Amino acid sequence: MKLDAKIPSGPMAGKWEKRKFEGKLVNPSNKRKYNIIVVGSGLAGGGAAASLGELGYNVDCFCFQDSSRRAHSIAAQGGINAAKNYQNDGDSVYRLFYDTVKGGDFRSREANVHRLAEVSAAIIDQCVAMGVPFAREYGGTLANRSFGGAQVSRTFYARGQTGQQLLLGVYSALSRQIGAGQVRMHPRTEMLDLVVVDGHAKGIVTRDLITGKIESWAADAVVLATGGYGPVFYLSTNAVGNNVTAAYRAHKKGALFANPCYTQIHPTCIPLSGDHQSKLTLMSESLRNDGRIWVPKKQGDTRTPGDIPDAERDYYLERMYPSFGNLAPRDISSRAAKRACDEGRGVGPGRLGVYLDFRDALSRLGDDTIRQRYDNLFDMYERITGENAYNMPMRIYPAIHYTMGGLWVDYDLMSNVPGLYVLGEANFSDHGANRLGASALMQGLADGCFVIPYTIAEYLAGTAPGEVGTDHDEFKKSQNEVSDRIRALLSVNGKRSATSFHRELGLLMWEKCGMARNEAGLKSALEMIPALREEFWENVKVTGSGNDLNSELERAGRVADFLEFGELLVTDAITREESCGGHFREEYQTEEGEAMRDDENFSFVGAWEYTGETPILHKENLEFEEVHLAVRSYK
Amino acid sequence: MKQIAHWYLSSIGAKLVMAVTGVLLFGFVLGHMTGNLLMFAGPDAMNAYAHFLQEKGMLLLAVRAGLLAIFAVHIASAIRVHRQNRAARPEPYAVSSYLVTTYAARTIFVSGLIVLAFVIYHLLHYTLGVTNPEFLRMLDPQGRRDVYGMVITGFTNRAVALSYIVAMLLLSSHLSHGLTSLFQTLGLHGPKFKPLVNKVGPAVAIVIFIGFASIPLAVLSGRLN
Amino acid sequence: MILTLRIWRQKHARDKGRFETYEMKGVSPDMSFLEMLDVLSDSLVDRGEDALTFDNDCREGICGMCSLTINGVPHGPDQGGTVCQLHMRRYKEGDTITIEPWRVSPFPVLKDLAVDRSAFDRIIQAGGYITTNAGSAVDANAILVPRADAETAMDAAACIGCGACAASCPNGSAMLFVAAKVSHLAHLPQGAPERAQRVLSMVSQMDQEGFGNCTNHSECEAVCPKEINVSHIAKINREFIRAAVKSIF
Ligand SMILES: Cc1cc2nc3c(=O)[nH]c(=O)nc-3n(C[C@H](O)[C@H](O)[C@H](O)COP(=O)(O)OP(=O)(O)OC[C@H]3O[C@@H](n4cnc5c(N)ncnc54)[C@H](O)[C@@H]3O)c2cc1C
Ligand code: HEM
Ligand code: FES
Repeated sequence: MKLDAKIPSGPMAGKWEKRKFEGKLVNPSNKRKYNIIVVGSGLAGGGAAASLGELGYNVDCFCFQDSSRRAHSIAAQGGINAAKNYQNDGDSVYRLFYDTVKGGDFRSREANVHRLAEVSAAIIDQCVAMGVPFAREYGGTLANRSFGGAQVSRTFYARGQTGQQLLLGVYSALSRQIGAGQVRMHPRTEMLDLVVVDGHAKGIVTRDLITGKIESWAADAVVLATGGYGPVFYLSTNAVGNNVTAAYRAHKKGALFANPCYTQIHPTCIPLSGDHQSKLTLMSESLRNDGRIWVPKKQGDTRTPGDIPDAERDYYLERMYPSFGNLAPRDISSRAAKRACDEGRGVGPGRLGVYLDFRDALSRLGDDTIRQRYDNLFDMYERITGENAYNMPMRIYPAIHYTMGGLWVDYDLMSNVPGLYVLGEANFSDHGANRLGASALMQGLADGCFVIPYTIAEYLAGTAPGEVGTDHDEFKKSQNEVSDRIRALLSVNGKRSATSFHRELGLLMWEKCGMARNEAGLKSALEMIPALREEFWENVKVTGSGNDLNSELERAGRVADFLEFGELLVTDAITREESCGGHFREEYQTEEGEAMRDDENFSFVGAWEYTGETPILHKENLEFEEVHLAVRSYK
Repeated sequence: MKQIAHWYLSSIGAKLVMAVTGVLLFGFVLGHMTGNLLMFAGPDAMNAYAHFLQEKGMLLLAVRAGLLAIFAVHIASAIRVHRQNRAARPEPYAVSSYLVTTYAARTIFVSGLIVLAFVIYHLLHYTLGVTNPEFLRMLDPQGRRDVYGMVITGFTNRAVALSYIVAMLLLSSHLSHGLTSLFQTLGLHGPKFKPLVNKVGPAVAIVIFIGFASIPLAVLSGRLN
Repeated sequence: MILTLRIWRQKHARDKGRFETYEMKGVSPDMSFLEMLDVLSDSLVDRGEDALTFDNDCREGICGMCSLTINGVPHGPDQGGTVCQLHMRRYKEGDTITIEPWRVSPFPVLKDLAVDRSAFDRIIQAGGYITTNAGSAVDANAILVPRADAETAMDAAACIGCGACAASCPNGSAMLFVAAKVSHLAHLPQGAPERAQRVLSMVSQMDQEGFGNCTNHSECEAVCPKEINVSHIAKINREFIRAAVKSIF
């Protein structure tokens, strides 16, 4: 299979203009004849459904939560980037483009990233018009902050709830289209299969999560915006419902899965407290502005932190990265924490944690200043841990946070299956091997509101509307497969709950394929995952029936997909014999323990084809015309 | 007209009507109480005041009719609102524990109903003289109706006096929530004067209670005779 | 810790439902409330019984999906938080905890502790938006918003749509939810053109859904996980009066 990214020719800055002009259009009076399915109602899916509805297409939008407003985009805290240069501090489209490519450790597609930077400004305009209450200066203009180590202040924010406010903006636009009858919303409906007819995506099969009804939906194009697959690690900062099911089923129907091994770790999460744990809570990185990170110098030191004198503390980030110190980038500070814990110097229950200490900041700035800056975070910390961070250091540990990999898409965001578009975190396109803070929200809205409305017309213009209906054999086949699988899950009647398998898979993934990976570990994971999967199908216990609201059944279906997908992720990690961004292979590091890229051999997108047996790797070579390959350094 | 009916039938509309009628009724209650307090100024003052009112003839009738209409609208809205609320919350929680609402707020419909019953009794008692026809025939030395004497005689009956006091307690309870609530209903509420507004209802309610209840109490204790 | 849980179990919307009592052993104070229910549910599955159904997703207090009434209080005893943020250290050995679904007619129970809150979505569909198509916006800084207004709008916009306000209200009123949305948009210049129509349509939809009337108990404010102030209800009342008066003249 030849992967054609269909990147417009010509200079970088003119590619999107050119693409918009050359693309085919659908006549306004014909738009209503086209049905489009959008799966997902986050920033990407919700934005797409609303925008396509506004254009006059007939849209059906699906999500598994009880309301489109609850998609996981809601949880983003920090902010959204845009090249507005409102602060007059030297930002520009080019700089945002440059930072994103570099931040992605040179594993993203330049043309896509450039377009993302170009449309970023329009996103902020649109959000303000929708009523998103961004933070403001006294003069009434928008406020910005610098985020994630960026040198310019380009992040727009709404308190610590930026994702929520953006999603509510999108939700309101979507609600308007639903009210107008242009979009039909199907909440509590899970996509369980993609239907491909003669090589083209023509619909989906879903399960109504309340009645259990399996249903077919036909359309002229299918848009997937189903978010990331972080919970393949079981514990992550993601919502517990996030899953890979929709993307994976599309993968099984022919869509290539790109770079699954690119996963991002966030360094400031609240550590694990026990086996019961179901998720890890992220705390804003801003805490690192005033907190100092340390572990005891001695292994297995069980003294309370207050009893450990400064001389016996190791402020390891300050020691190793004197110029960035506690503000070293996410992946670097995460790995440093892991190293400290691996050396037996971790703190807290299970010894998987490091201290984030405000002692010095409190004595320098006083309680009041710290309270002003971080009170809600200190509260949140206390709620979860029962410890008061004014009196003793916080404990933090890295956790899985974001997944850069996803279904392969071309410049138009269409997968290799014609008619299947993939947006947001579910695709692979813009963040390379590592995502910069505040860029995921930007990508979701860019894809949904400003890219897909243009690019989908190209495909639709070449397709007669309503060609295939749900009476087509492929729908019947697909529906039967889905029903059989549900029956199979219900009939195993073993001894272990789906959650227990999920937990075991997650732990395995985290240990063998988490923050740091090596060949031996990955190989053993490749043996363990199939065995676990086999046990799952022999020993899982799913109670209840398939004909009503059955959260056990939903979970089991998702875990079953994770058990297959995990193997693909590990396969990708083993194949990529270099360290880049969120993918750190211990074999490929400098003497100082920094990641070592291999641009010679691995400057490609690894897109996997499903075969039922060993997956086949297809490579899309990455060319860097604008940004010159360089080694990231934060010393 | 259709528009207006439409808003009246909406939840906020109904509440606005209750607030406005509530304020008017409260105005009457306040006036009535001030008038009643003339009892303490002696028979002459009291009877002169009553006479003054009765002389107004048609005007008095018009005011009474207006008051009755307002009362009716207040009650009609109350019944509708109450029924809608019951329908929206048919099942209580097995464990019920309220955090901030007051007893007065939760029983406002009941206190209203009892006030209604009282008002009916009150009208039959003193105004229409149905329960005690002899009251209407009492005259003072100047030949005016002896309202003063009528009140004293009425309240020397302990049961009657007690029922008046209880009714006033419920009216106060009604107002202690109602008078705070109406600021919110009319949109005259904000974080800045919230603490003040929250005190207005209970404070005024206490004044109203003392004002009304002082009369039967004074009669019972023999201070008025 | 050993606890006694009395949990509402209901097979489906038409089932009458009843309380079941479960003895819960080995509860760790570090568990979140929902994690405790996970453990219970898992043990039910082990015994071959139906798992416990309760809505949840983000488990960090922002998606608004979790919705349990604990001992009569929606979202439980901690102020300013959702039930997914509640941790078991709040309880002590031997406590009995009664867990019920939201109980308001417009939120029918689907199963066990999960309810249908689509009524809220329909209220937003009736007018809880600003009409603007993607691509039609002017430069963001062309619209100046005084900081205080932006802050007040944000206070209201913080609503997560969980429904605790209606669930806590003795009258089953959704006023705090509707008020938060109306107030959020009414405080911004972008929301001005549709201001009158918005409040009338949304209130009308709220009534059609069968929510009760606000008689200012303020229970909603007390249980609101985002601590949204009832002064927004005064604001929606003002908006309603304004819109009503405007449309007569
Ligand atoms: C705690 C946290 C904080 C973050 N902070 C930031 C930040 O500050 N800045 C930033 O830029 N990014 C941040 N991110 C990342 C960012 O929030 C996400 O990457 C982004 O919102 C994803 O949007 P999306 O639209 O692609 O997917 P989502 O918002 O996850 O939406 C997925 C949608 O797909 C639906 N869906 C999934 N599977 C199915 C199925 N099988 N059937 C039907 N529907 C399905 C879901 O119901 C949902 O509607 C953060 C992420 C987390 C977890
Ligand atoms: C002297 C008689 C009465 C006075 C002065 C009075 C006054 C008030 C006032 C000021 C309010 C507040 C309105 C608002 O919140 O906007 C109110 C509310 C109310 N009244 Fe009355 N009322 C009287 C009689 C009655 C009667 C007879 C009933 C009936 C059954 C009644 C039932 C109610 C109810 C149900 C409310 C709404 C509760 C609320 O808003 O909190 N009232 N009343
Ligand atoms: S689960 Fe999202 S708010 Fe509780």
